Amino acid sequence: MVKKTKPLIIKEPRSTRDGYGQALLELGRNKNIVALSADLTESTRAHHFEKKYPSRFFQCGVAEQNMITMATGLALEGKVPFASSFGVFLPMRCLDQIRISVCYNQANVKLVATHCGLATGPDGATHQALEDVAALRAIPNLTIIEPCDYHQAIRATKAAAKLRGPVYLRLHRAKLPSLTTSQTKFQINKAQVLQKGTKLTIIGSGPILNEVSKAVEHLNFKPEIINCHTIKPLDKKTILKSVKKTKKALIIQDHQISGGLGSAVAELLSQTIPTKIKIIGVKDKFAESGSPEELLYKYKLDSHAILAGIRNLLK
Amino acid sequence: MKLTNLKSLQLMANQVRQDIIGMLYHAGSGHPAGSLGMADIFTALYFNVLKHHPKKPLMKNRDRLILSNGHICPARYAAMSRAGYFPYKELKSLRKINSRLQGHPSRVDLPALELSTASLGQGLGVAVGMALAARLNKQHHTIYCVSSDGEHDEGSTWEAVNAANKYKLNNIINIIDRNNIQISGYTHKVWPLKSLKEKYQAFNWKVFEINGHNFRQIITTIKKAKTLNQPVCIIAYNTPGKGVSFMENRFEWHGKAPDKEKSVLALIELQRARKKLLKKK
Repeated sequence: MVKKTKPLIIKEPRSTRDGYGQALLELGRNKNIVALSADLTESTRAHHFEKKYPSRFFQCGVAEQNMITMATGLALEGKVPFASSFGVFLPMRCLDQIRISVCYNQANVKLVATHCGLATGPDGATHQALEDVAALRAIPNLTIIEPCDYHQAIRATKAAAKLRGPVYLRLHRAKLPSLTTSQTKFQINKAQVLQKGTKLTIIGSGPILNEVSKAVEHLNFKPEIINCHTIKPLDKKTILKSVKKTKKALIIQDHQISGGLGSAVAELLSQTIPTKIKIIGVKDKFAESGSPEELLYKYKLDSHAILAGIRNLLK
Repeated sequence: MKLTNLKSLQLMANQVRQDIIGMLYHAGSGHPAGSLGMADIFTALYFNVLKHHPKKPLMKNRDRLILSNGHICPARYAAMSRAGYFPYKELKSLRKINSRLQGHPSRVDLPALELSTASLGQGLGVAVGMALAARLNKQHHTIYCVSSDGEHDEGSTWEAVNAANKYKLNNIINIIDRNNIQISGYTHKVWPLKSLKEKYQAFNWKVFEINGHNFRQIITTIKKAKTLNQPVCIIAYNTPGKGVSFMENRFEWHGKAPDKEKSVLALIELQRARKKLLKKK
């Protein structure tokens, strides 16, 4: 019997980074799991692992590029490294290392970025990763996952550890209610239909799906809602099946409109079943400090903006 | 095949240099100066220093060799081929479609290369990761990194230098090809590197300075390096283009392949050197 790891003392609601911290701690029972941090150990929730498995934790200082090459070396020797930092530094600061050392080598490195999206809040534009998916989507051999809540982050982290190859986990700081439970199944590359419906397919990833839940309460019909947690490779089958039925799609992402999930879905639909779509995201702007709620409202990513988008699409 | 006497090592290095000229001529592009300059060190590594097995290239206790300045891979390919990793005739496929011998090293195509490299400033960091893994796995092999002086312009190289210091690694040896040239000129004109020795020493590395064309120095220095309890940097003062007089010390030959005429001239010179070596006792 494997000894159970004590759950962390974090009360609901919890963030996706908390889910990562919990999963990493549990994964630590496997001696091949190692963790690296570029100074932001507690902020990325790698500190639980550090405390329990100090010999397998590597502090890399404020030097993200070297953290990624070190992780590559560990991976090529059979370890499963989880390297974490903020989304604005990883992948942004070390994109070349991710492209050549990790992805071209097909090194089994897990890249973990917390503090992604506008919902990062008061730290301001420098710390809100809004371009990370766009930067990474074009790199071959990389799987990109954005779990929507604490429970899904746990599952996604564990699934990433099992998958042989480079994975990018897109995580968040904000503590939001859960959309899934500890029992909800998770499979990489298999989108989750949160709600079956008609007239319209709403596709999103990450905790921003909470805004979708709020928005659809105001509708007099049930749209289909897909939690597309795996941004790459895209679950074409689930998306096409739904859109063939509904004929319209709205995509929401806490990311720049350029190059994110919306672009991935648009690339798919425009080449298979051209469909009227609407992409909601940040419109080619650096944002600012503010609470997550204020930012989502001001930059038109909140439930009001989603509702307006839906009404526009159905006109 | 282990070569221990000086003459056999020099003959092998001469062969490697001839291979490099042939490969680059057939490829029509590539990097001759650095490749020729490192021919002696790669010969010493593959024919004397490394614990390796060409027929079992991924055996667990092999020494790891990372070529961080991947553009000089023709020297490594030639030495590997002569050591028995793959047939000589495959050398002609360098930079050609469907080849395992990519213009810059590709580990996925040829696993014995250990690492795909050539975006400069990444190899040493990966070597540090491999050294940490060896420590965790309680393995006793050595991790060698070959890097260039030019890639010490990259900040990431210095991040890796400090990482080896932080983790007090004693299983890593970085051999720097100090040939004083990079693609657009002499290194001191492009970017001031000043004393690499003092910089490495400041990061608690043990530093040796050697003539990179002197086999005795190469081999004895590495032997000594392996006994030390700290990371080791070997600064190898090399002549870029070594062995081909019209290429020697000329940065113009950093990244340009010789045409037919120049290749013939180079091969004649190398064959003369070979005959001279054979006459030596």
